[in-house]
Amino acid sequence: MDYSVVIGLEVHAELKTKSKIFCGCSTQFGSDQNTNVCPVCLGLPGVLPVVNKRVVEFAIRAGLALNCEILPFSKFDRKNYYYPDLPKNYQTSQYDLPICVNGYLDIEVNGETKRIGITRIHMEEDAGKLVHSGNITNSNYALVDYNRTGVPLIEIVSEPDIRSAEEAKAYLEALKSILEYIDVSDCKMQEGSLRCDANVSLRENEQAPFGTRTELKNLNSFRAVQKGLEYEIVRQAEVLDEGGKIIQETRSWDETKGITLSLRNKEQAHDYRYFPEPDLVPLQVSAEWVEEIRQSLPELPNARKQRLMEAYGLSSYDAGVITASQAMANYFDVVVGHGADAKAAANWLMGEVSKVLNASNISITEFAVTPENLASMLELMQKGTISSKIAKTVFEEMVASGKDPATIVKEKGLQQISNEGEIVAIVEAVLAANPQSVADFKAGKDRALGFLVGQIMKQTKGRANPELVNKLLKERIN
Amino acid sequence: MVDLFKLTAHELHERLVNKDVSAVEITKALFNRIDAVEQDVRCYITQTRELALAQAQATDEKIQRGDEISPLAGIPGAIKDNMCTKGIKTTCASKMLEHFVPPYDATVVERLADANAVFLGKTNMDEFAMGSSTENSAFMQTRNPWNLETVPGGSSGGSAAAVAASTAIWSLGSDTGGSIRQPASFCGTVGLKPTYGRVSRFGLVAFASSLDQIGPITKDVTDCALVMNAISGHDLKDSTSIPGNVPDFTKSLVNDVKGLKIGLPREYFVAGMNPEVEKAVRNAVAQLEKMGAQCLEISMPHTEYALTTYYIIAPAEASSNLARYDGVGFGHRAQGEDIVSMYKKTRSEGFGPEVQRRIVLGTYALSSGYYDAYYLKALKVRTLIKQDFDKAFEKVDVLLTPTSPTPAFKAGDISDPLSMYLQDVCTLPINLAGVPALSMPCGYVDGLPIGLQIIGKPLGEETILRVAYTFEQNNDYYKCLAPLGEV
Repeated sequence: MDYSVVIGLEVHAELKTKSKIFCGCSTQFGSDQNTNVCPVCLGLPGVLPVVNKRVVEFAIRAGLALNCEILPFSKFDRKNYYYPDLPKNYQTSQYDLPICVNGYLDIEVNGETKRIGITRIHMEEDAGKLVHSGNITNSNYALVDYNRTGVPLIEIVSEPDIRSAEEAKAYLEALKSILEYIDVSDCKMQEGSLRCDANVSLRENEQAPFGTRTELKNLNSFRAVQKGLEYEIVRQAEVLDEGGKIIQETRSWDETKGITLSLRNKEQAHDYRYFPEPDLVPLQVSAEWVEEIRQSLPELPNARKQRLMEAYGLSSYDAGVITASQAMANYFDVVVGHGADAKAAANWLMGEVSKVLNASNISITEFAVTPENLASMLELMQKGTISSKIAKTVFEEMVASGKDPATIVKEKGLQQISNEGEIVAIVEAVLAANPQSVADFKAGKDRALGFLVGQIMKQTKGRANPELVNKLLKERIN
Repeated sequence: MVDLFKLTAHELHERLVNKDVSAVEITKALFNRIDAVEQDVRCYITQTRELALAQAQATDEKIQRGDEISPLAGIPGAIKDNMCTKGIKTTCASKMLEHFVPPYDATVVERLADANAVFLGKTNMDEFAMGSSTENSAFMQTRNPWNLETVPGGSSGGSAAAVAASTAIWSLGSDTGGSIRQPASFCGTVGLKPTYGRVSRFGLVAFASSLDQIGPITKDVTDCALVMNAISGHDLKDSTSIPGNVPDFTKSLVNDVKGLKIGLPREYFVAGMNPEVEKAVRNAVAQLEKMGAQCLEISMPHTEYALTTYYIIAPAEASSNLARYDGVGFGHRAQGEDIVSMYKKTRSEGFGPEVQRRIVLGTYALSSGYYDAYYLKALKVRTLIKQDFDKAFEKVDVLLTPTSPTPAFKAGDISDPLSMYLQDVCTLPINLAGVPALSMPCGYVDGLPIGLQIIGKPLGEETILRVAYTFEQNNDYYKCLAPLGEV
């Protein structure tokens, strides 16, 4: 039968502060193993944590961008569990008084806007990394890299407001976009700077009480979040259809097999024995500071999208794609600022530009074509100096050499031929050489005209103004 | 010539400044004293003689150059072995940290080194500061210089015994539930637990973070003020240290208590306390009254819950603080078939029975299903105990109580953990409230010192020192030295 799906997401984002949350060590990703460490993040006896103010600022930024209430009084707590990548065997986190509460995030699915509640955002320290000898199941030993130990994280917990895997993906994409806009996290799922756990349960209908949930872990990409949830929804539905019961448990998504596997059940669940962190005094945040941070927030994705729709008449879809990435939106603004037509700019960004970026796996900030040059190219097209077909050739050359389009057009002689006399001569020559095609066209075969146009373009290396060619051909044949 | 080791820090400072004696001579006199009596008292886990001589030399050079020297410059002292010393073993008297050499100094150690104090070594203690007799050391038993059959108290037993045995001029202890004051009381020395946050805890191996506080153990009240001047003050590395300026504590060494209001909380004069102890404390009160202080009996109704409250909060924090001793990164490691068996063996071998007992107690108190009934309730009672102090200090300036209900007991006499916990019944509430308190000798019973506890308001160390100094100057107790090594 059809069930109603309930999903809540817990997202961990690494904050891109220069130093760690409780010590002065660097947070640089990819440094040599165990080089970004000190007695504090190694948890040696007698050391004490000191809160990095920038971490608190970033958490507040995230809270404000996600419409949260910022608590003037919050505190840190210890989450106790034994694991070799956690040097103190407790994680300093926030438990019952997190810094941000009661926010929301608007997402768009199938053209409809939906509001997803944000329960809380809290700050905590990351753990280190285990490096196993060989395979994790049969390795003889493991080494620990403590570079990541103490890197600041925020955990963003959603309300159970998400109703499908698709919505979950949309939520995650919107969240990533916001965190990038406010410049608090790199949000690279493949590097682990954005991680997502999902709680999912089924119930008979929207009015029924929540069913028993399972928690999905190891969702290491946007695709994994969607695929893992889709699988788990089907699995739960099958269990229920067969009259079975869902067990409250933690399950791990196996990317290669495409299934979820039980990791531990409720009885095996950790008892974290949370208690207030006695080494840190409660955190007091002044209203003035919160206001100062609010003033420093940039235009957020939804506002920017609205602006593009209103100012340039872009469709909701186009504006959404362009503003999903702040860098893309910035690029767009510069292109349009240089006088390019907004719709043409949007089409090029979503088409040719995105194609190149995806193929070479780079971000638009690393793109060889500057927004100024793209604007010039669009201008050449608009003025008729080059045709849209030639524009693609020019664009390829711009990507390859980084040169400006005017130079390329000049060097390669790619200007469009719009001189009627010049084209008439070629048209007449082609007509004379292809009497059969002329006859075919007159007999009603429209395709013959295409062949003739092709011949003219061939002779002009594509530079003939296509509208003019069409017009002159038709005049001459008739 | 008088034996140099018998003098106080301020007396030695005068001799140094007058060039009657050099810091190296003082230090060597202490070495000789250690050689003479250490085998009987056994205060030191580690001695750092080379370092001590180098430090003494540095002060002598300063004096030679005519530079001004700080009051503790060239004065040899000892540090409890739970305070980190860069390049010097810091064991916490535990097998777990037997070979642990910290790559950093505790802030107090740094500050004393900056004051050119001389470090003789690291003193014995109850393992991880858990105990009241120093019998819980994994390495050796320290004895009380006043009677070698008795314990020096604990957990800072090595630090108190060293000062009493004159094998250190001053020492540092740490106090989580009485660990400075009770051994100071047993050994007839002055010991001060400052206000929570007055002295940085950075580099103090944590037992119970919300209760731990470092403080001085000295021969007299003046030296106490001098060490306090050196170690107090805000530290960026300890978020719980109190910001703001620290007073010059020597300004409080005033022989006058006129107009001061002294409270006697009746709940601290417990049934079962030694009658001689009660007599000595009441006598001290009477003396102060004669000198112009005004004494009144008060009630602190939640005192009886302090012991149980303490034995939930302190072990709860300890269970988390001591989780890091897992054999992974440093310290003792046992071989195991897998990570869990390695953890278990390491911790079973590395920790002594009292430490294990408290870890189990604390883990239990924090466990889901018991948290509300134990830990959360204990936090609430802690607030009530604090309020008792707040109310008391609306009426009085200081509180006077015995430090310990009995004088030092014989080694091995108390084997039941609960009876041992009762040792600290008069000192625990002070840590729960976070207020400062000092213990000083106020009499003797059967040749063993009796301790008077003076409790002050938060940041009220100055008033405590004033009362202590006045009492000291009008009595001779501070002149009495343990009869050790005398023939």
